[in-house]
Amino acid sequence: MKRFVHRMGPLGMVAVGILLLVVLGALSAPLIAPYDPTIGSVTQRYLGPSAAHLLGTDQAGRDIFSRLLWGARSSLIGPLIVVCVTAALGTLIALTSVWWGGAVDSLLSRLLDLLFAFPNLLLAMLAIAVFGPGLLTAAFALAIAYIPYTARVIRSTALRERNLPYVRSPELQGITGPTIAVRHLLPNVAPLIVTGATINFGFAMIELAALSFLGLGVQPPQADWGLMVANGQQSLLKGYPAESILAGLCIVLTVASLGYVGDKLGGRAAAGRKA
Amino acid sequence: MYVLRRLLALVGVLLVSSFLVFAAMYAAPGSPENFLVQGRTVTPEVLAAIRRQYSLDDPFLVRFWNWLTGVLHGDFGQSLTNRQEVGDLLANRLPTTLTLVAMAAVLIVVLGVGLGIVAGVRDGVVDKIVVLGSTVGFAVPTFFAALLLMSVFSVWLGWFPVFGSGEGFADRLWHLTLPALALALPSAAVVARITRTAIRDERDSEHAVMAIARGVPSRIVMRRHLVRNSMLPVSTVVGVHIAGLIAGSFVVEYAFTLDGLGTLLVTAVQTKDFAVVQAIAIVLVAGFGIINLLVDLLYAAIDPRVGSRHTA
Repeated sequence: MKRFVHRMGPLGMVAVGILLLVVLGALSAPLIAPYDPTIGSVTQRYLGPSAAHLLGTDQAGRDIFSRLLWGARSSLIGPLIVVCVTAALGTLIALTSVWWGGAVDSLLSRLLDLLFAFPNLLLAMLAIAVFGPGLLTAAFALAIAYIPYTARVIRSTALRERNLPYVRSPELQGITGPTIAVRHLLPNVAPLIVTGATINFGFAMIELAALSFLGLGVQPPQADWGLMVANGQQSLLKGYPAESILAGLCIVLTVASLGYVGDKLGGRAAAGRKA
Repeated sequence: MYVLRRLLALVGVLLVSSFLVFAAMYAAPGSPENFLVQGRTVTPEVLAAIRRQYSLDDPFLVRFWNWLTGVLHGDFGQSLTNRQEVGDLLANRLPTTLTLVAMAAVLIVVLGVGLGIVAGVRDGVVDKIVVLGSTVGFAVPTFFAALLLMSVFSVWLGWFPVFGSGEGFADRLWHLTLPALALALPSAAVVARITRTAIRDERDSEHAVMAIARGVPSRIVMRRHLVRNSMLPVSTVVGVHIAGLIAGSFVVEYAFTLDGLGTLLVTAVQTKDFAVVQAIAIVLVAGFGIINLLVDLLYAAIDPRVGSRHTA
């Protein structure tokens, strides 16, 4: 713990604090949100901040504070699905191709090259065209799009470990490939997986929010930060900036914090992103 | 040789991905003829006629082959929603997207590299501002940047138009300034940071220290030693981000309601107009591949070692 604090530095601890706050807000939304995030009242439209509505209300008279809290949930669950699926499949592909090498390796590498040919958002939009809009479709499609980044990094590290004695000797003893991969290779690439997931989480949050903004991710009237920025666009142009600005700030703060923490943990290179 | 091999690989990727996209659209739930009659009750004869008109009864491979040969002849088929030729739709939308991406690319290079060099050379406040700005700038989603720029410069100050892409070249540039800025912002932030690090690494290197010690004027040290050498890592990052602009442009076009490919794609996805979706997907994958190829070639031109390593 002390080492972690030291590694993060003061700014890093602020970032960690922001992230904890966001997670806490998302977890306790049903308990502490003062209003239902989806139900508004026509007489309560565009209210300023007050004791009853801490951050005011939106164009449908819904409480913005409650919507931000509930929005934190879908804004966190989406990227969480993305990084979990990406980490699991990416690691599986990387370790499989490293263990068997040869034809398996080159086949899997071709597959990853093919995925690389699609811009992430395009792949997600194609999936949405086929399966219809929604958070789950968007998250799974993005997860697929992120696999090559993760798989490539883990593959190159695992490739180095593959020929070291601690992997070779159990192989000689006749222990099966999957066992060695899980017992010995996996723990040695695990830090890389965690750092990669931290960086990817930020990318996923922005891209999922963008999909919600386009009306292809989380569907109204559900609360979601990306959706709130989109919803607030008309109000913003009419002179009521609260909804868009606050939701946008939530995204910026969360992603910036994640990026800072990720950089301290090992940087973008660990996520297989050149930048 | 290297170029030829890369071009062949690109053609291969395009063929396979067009097959995958076509197959995905084919396997999508919901039938196209039901979409075409739009919920009206029609006799089976009419339905059969529609299926014939769009050749929906042909086997999958035959349909793919017909579509592919059509595409190679520049015929992308008809839009399901408004019966327009998809090729014409794309041709109308392409200039806006191309201009937007080109402007954003220029902004990324100018802003990113420029600010990065300034922060790399100067210490103190300027450096701190650029570093902080790039950390935050990277976290700003393009659509949020779009809204902020729109509300400040279009609505509040009235300097730029709020919507639309403009008529004629100069007007288009003026209309696309804010969108391009919003699109370029996160990438420029990353490029600035990478440039700063690269310049600082070079500044501490022996050849730069030696040049200063020999009394070479600082302008020349800057140009020949620092900037030139630091451009290697920077050019890769710039390339990745310029290729990434293709997907990012959807979101910005939508935010500013520009009539580009992105807005066309979003509407086509929302209305399940598969003919349009698969055509745009292929065009974008091709564009993405070509930009990536150009970047790699540029990289080989900057650093001769790269090209020779690839051909070896």
